[in-house]
Amino acid sequence: MPKDQDTKDSGIGAASKRREDIRFLTGTGNYTDDINVNGQAYVHFLRSDVAHGRLKSVDTSVAKEMPGVVRIFTSADLEGVGGIPTGWQITDRFGEVMQEPAHPVLATEKVRHVGDPIAAIVAETPEQARNAAEAITLDIEELPAVIDMKAALNDGATKVHDDLTSNLCFDWGFVEDNREAVDQAIKDAAHVTTLELVNNRLVANPMEPRVAIGDFNRATGDSTLYTTSQNPHVIRLLMGAFVLGIPEHKLRVVAPDVGGGFGSKIYHYAEEAFCTFAAKALNRAVKWTSSRSEAFMSDAQGRDHVTKIELALDGDNNFTAIRTETYSNMGAYLSTFAPAIPTWLHGTLMAGNYKTPLIYVNVKAVFTNTVAVDAYRGAGRPEATYQLERVIDKAARELGLDPIALRRQNFVTEFPYATPVAVEYDTGDYGATMDKLIEIADLAGFDARRAASAEAGKLRGLGVNCYIEACGIAPSNLVGQLGARAGLYDSATVRVNATGGLTVMTGAHSHGQGHETSFPQVIAEMIGIPEDMVEIVHGDTANTPMGMGTYGSRSLAVAGSAMVRATEKIISKAKKIAAHLMEAADADIELKDGQFSVAGTDTSVAWGDVTLAAYVPHNYPLEEIEPGLEETAFYDPANFTYPAGAYACEVEVDPETGKVTIERFSAADDFGNVINPMIVDGQVHGGIGQGIGQALMENCVYDDTGQLLSASFMDYAMPRADDLPFYAVDHSCQTPCTHNPLGVKGCGEAGAIGSPPAVVNAVVDALQSAGKDVTHIDMPLSPARVWAAMQG
Amino acid sequence: MYEFDFIRPETISDAVTVLQDDEDAQALGGGQTLIPVLKQRLAQPSKLVSLAQINGMTGIKSVDGALVIGGASTHAAVAMGAGGYPALAALAGHIGDPAVRNRGTLGGSLANNDPAACYPAAVLASGATVVTNAREIAADAYFDGLFGTTLEDGEIITAVRFPVPEAANYQKFVQPASRFALVGVYVAKFADGVRVAVTGAGDDGVFRWSEAEEALTKEFRPDAIMGLSINPMNMIEDLHGTRAYRAHLVGVLTKRAVAAALG
Repeated sequence: MPKDQDTKDSGIGAASKRREDIRFLTGTGNYTDDINVNGQAYVHFLRSDVAHGRLKSVDTSVAKEMPGVVRIFTSADLEGVGGIPTGWQITDRFGEVMQEPAHPVLATEKVRHVGDPIAAIVAETPEQARNAAEAITLDIEELPAVIDMKAALNDGATKVHDDLTSNLCFDWGFVEDNREAVDQAIKDAAHVTTLELVNNRLVANPMEPRVAIGDFNRATGDSTLYTTSQNPHVIRLLMGAFVLGIPEHKLRVVAPDVGGGFGSKIYHYAEEAFCTFAAKALNRAVKWTSSRSEAFMSDAQGRDHVTKIELALDGDNNFTAIRTETYSNMGAYLSTFAPAIPTWLHGTLMAGNYKTPLIYVNVKAVFTNTVAVDAYRGAGRPEATYQLERVIDKAARELGLDPIALRRQNFVTEFPYATPVAVEYDTGDYGATMDKLIEIADLAGFDARRAASAEAGKLRGLGVNCYIEACGIAPSNLVGQLGARAGLYDSATVRVNATGGLTVMTGAHSHGQGHETSFPQVIAEMIGIPEDMVEIVHGDTANTPMGMGTYGSRSLAVAGSAMVRATEKIISKAKKIAAHLMEAADADIELKDGQFSVAGTDTSVAWGDVTLAAYVPHNYPLEEIEPGLEETAFYDPANFTYPAGAYACEVEVDPETGKVTIERFSAADDFGNVINPMIVDGQVHGGIGQGIGQALMENCVYDDTGQLLSASFMDYAMPRADDLPFYAVDHSCQTPCTHNPLGVKGCGEAGAIGSPPAVVNAVVDALQSAGKDVTHIDMPLSPARVWAAMQG
Repeated sequence: MYEFDFIRPETISDAVTVLQDDEDAQALGGGQTLIPVLKQRLAQPSKLVSLAQINGMTGIKSVDGALVIGGASTHAAVAMGAGGYPALAALAGHIGDPAVRNRGTLGGSLANNDPAACYPAAVLASGATVVTNAREIAADAYFDGLFGTTLEDGEIITAVRFPVPEAANYQKFVQPASRFALVGVYVAKFADGVRVAVTGAGDDGVFRWSEAEEALTKEFRPDAIMGLSINPMNMIEDLHGTRAYRAHLVGVLTKRAVAAALG
């Protein structure tokens, strides 16, 4: 049981069991693929099997006559359909806007990655659609594939997009005004530690592959899209306004139960637009269910940075400057939020937990003939944390310093703290989480454990690091200045029903986060009623207020805050009704444990009496307030939130095989206030699992012709339960967020952000302990790579 | 997958007849490789001939000191029932996951001869005999390169006869994604000598490491193979390991298998 979990059995801080798990664990969920619309047809996408080529012709003459074929669409059949839009525009370090290529729903003149959709075959059954796809004859003139990012930027390199000037999307400098000062500080430094590293490309691989069903009602002219999305309102806005030209009131987007997203289901995808378009064109519902193989070549992927980082220190080991140069792979097209990830979600976190006065981050975003890259659990912050925490570890080793002491010496200790990379940390206590980590990880016992491992012929290593991240995205006016083409508020409508139960409609979307359990805990606490009197509704634009969805560990901090604001309005109005019922003044009414009472008296009315009066207003101040009890609030945060913590990993390395096993993993996090400690534990566990997966196992690899070598689970190594240890996690260090009403910060990504450097630091430590001169190994630290590093 | 007819004969001869009459018919053991291949549309058999209903194709019995295992026995059945040959039972118990072990069969695995499968190493190191509807094939004459065997078209593995060694052990170092063997080494010590078979590593499939066999026959202890090495040129190289790494692992795993066999 977590240390901060008290005996409370309801409300804020209670480890309430996840109510949604009953349906998820008993096969009674309602996922998109469970939805079938009367008379639906099925679409199969014929995808390019070459990475780069000129599409000379698509011959469908045989295929269209095949049994069951309803219609075959190519790009020429998509008249009036716009391209897939990008939600963020970056301005480069010279003041120019990024190069933004067209992204057609179906390929036009060229195919640009293996998996690029060329034709859409609609048929009576999925098998018939696939049969017909095999009968389509393609004439593709193969072009050299652009795979290596640095080579892609050479003069004369083959261009992914012929109409752009080069493969460079943008060359971003941050903070550009600091560039010369940073260069000078590095020249003047007593010591500079340099590290070149790769942040390996990952495939998100949610358990549920993507699904889209387009439907059209010719009587009303209404379109409906059922889709596996983390943010149905965003899809409705992007697809309706930019791709299909359908106004919001004629377009409904439903994202029912969604089996994990990890970022990959944020984006608007071509398949969604096609199904919605085709349903109208055919006057018939059209369904697409991705195979796992298609997911590998069509879901947006994550990470893929190549970075050089330099850390400058003065003679007293204070950090004086950081300079980084990163190549960030965009893939063939710009996915919805792709340009924001290596820039504003990466550069702004480069200060980490440390008071480095001068920082300069350079990012070159590059087009290649690979699947698009976008946010994946952590999104930019893991890339920042990894390079920073690795270079600090290397610096400590070079200078013969204790890596924990070097970090402590440079911690930010006074808040609020304005970093040199444009963000202001509102609160935190990095020393406290480090102290807690040392305790829960039993670092005092490490030497004895290392000796025991040595007895067994194994090399034991310890890796420690800190992290900070920015969650609760985001203040709309700020992100608007930074190039976002959307606001990033969220919303909640709180509907009190006549007999007292509440239905909360929110713009956030739960696809594993447990909102259906944790959100009611907040309302139960505020009103003093049982949690099961509150139900959460999400995932359908028809019955939820406009909200921006769930990613970036934002839901509780942003949508949760909207829910608090709406509930405050409810309580305020309910108090007026209670005052009327008890013939007292509004200001004298108190609400506690579901009872309204008049201060200083024993007069009270129950919550249910007030809610009933609101809907059966026989005795009601109708001249002063409206009947009913329903309120909506939109919440736009004043700042990001800044969860932070310290992680420790202990590994054993088998010196004969290079095999790494995680022996212990400990995480001390500061998430501010915690609503449900059990759900928070689960989020941290899952995040660490993904971080360990990245550090040891996962790797998305293309060969130099652009073929995806890791195209299935036979070659893409996902972590499994027996690859992972039991975790020691703690979130008792709590410095509440100062600017949202719940004081919460967000916990969904911390584990994935904080864990990779801990693992790599630990493996380097293990090898160093055996006298190996190994200062870095690129992830994933597979047995083969670790063994090769040991051979020198 | 493409359409096919599904046939479930109850006798070996009925199965053989179907397979011999139609060259596009395909025998179906446990389907743990074939079904994914069909789902990917990489094969288009006219008929799938299930071997699961055939009488006498399952079961494990001891005959003249050898263990005779029916060709349609699942890995789970071997893991449970091959107690007379503990190293073989342990190997079977670590193939794939429970779903695979309860569907996949000994005969299916051997007929497929995936270069990273476990069973070929056991069969080759044990000097087992592959029994078919038509004949008996010695292990040394059975395997024929990557996914290749000396089975004729329509020939069905009805059983495998494993001599039980004095001591044996299988060491599997898993490929992290598939959990097939990145390298697997099976060591079996018989009264007349030691046999060492290697799976996962060789670019021509499972093979015997004769230098190690000679050294271990002289002296059955781990460091008997010190100084021996495998030529990396004949190893597989892929995403998960270089030739040099696989060659190195063959040595490490052989040593460990000997140590484990000695208990």
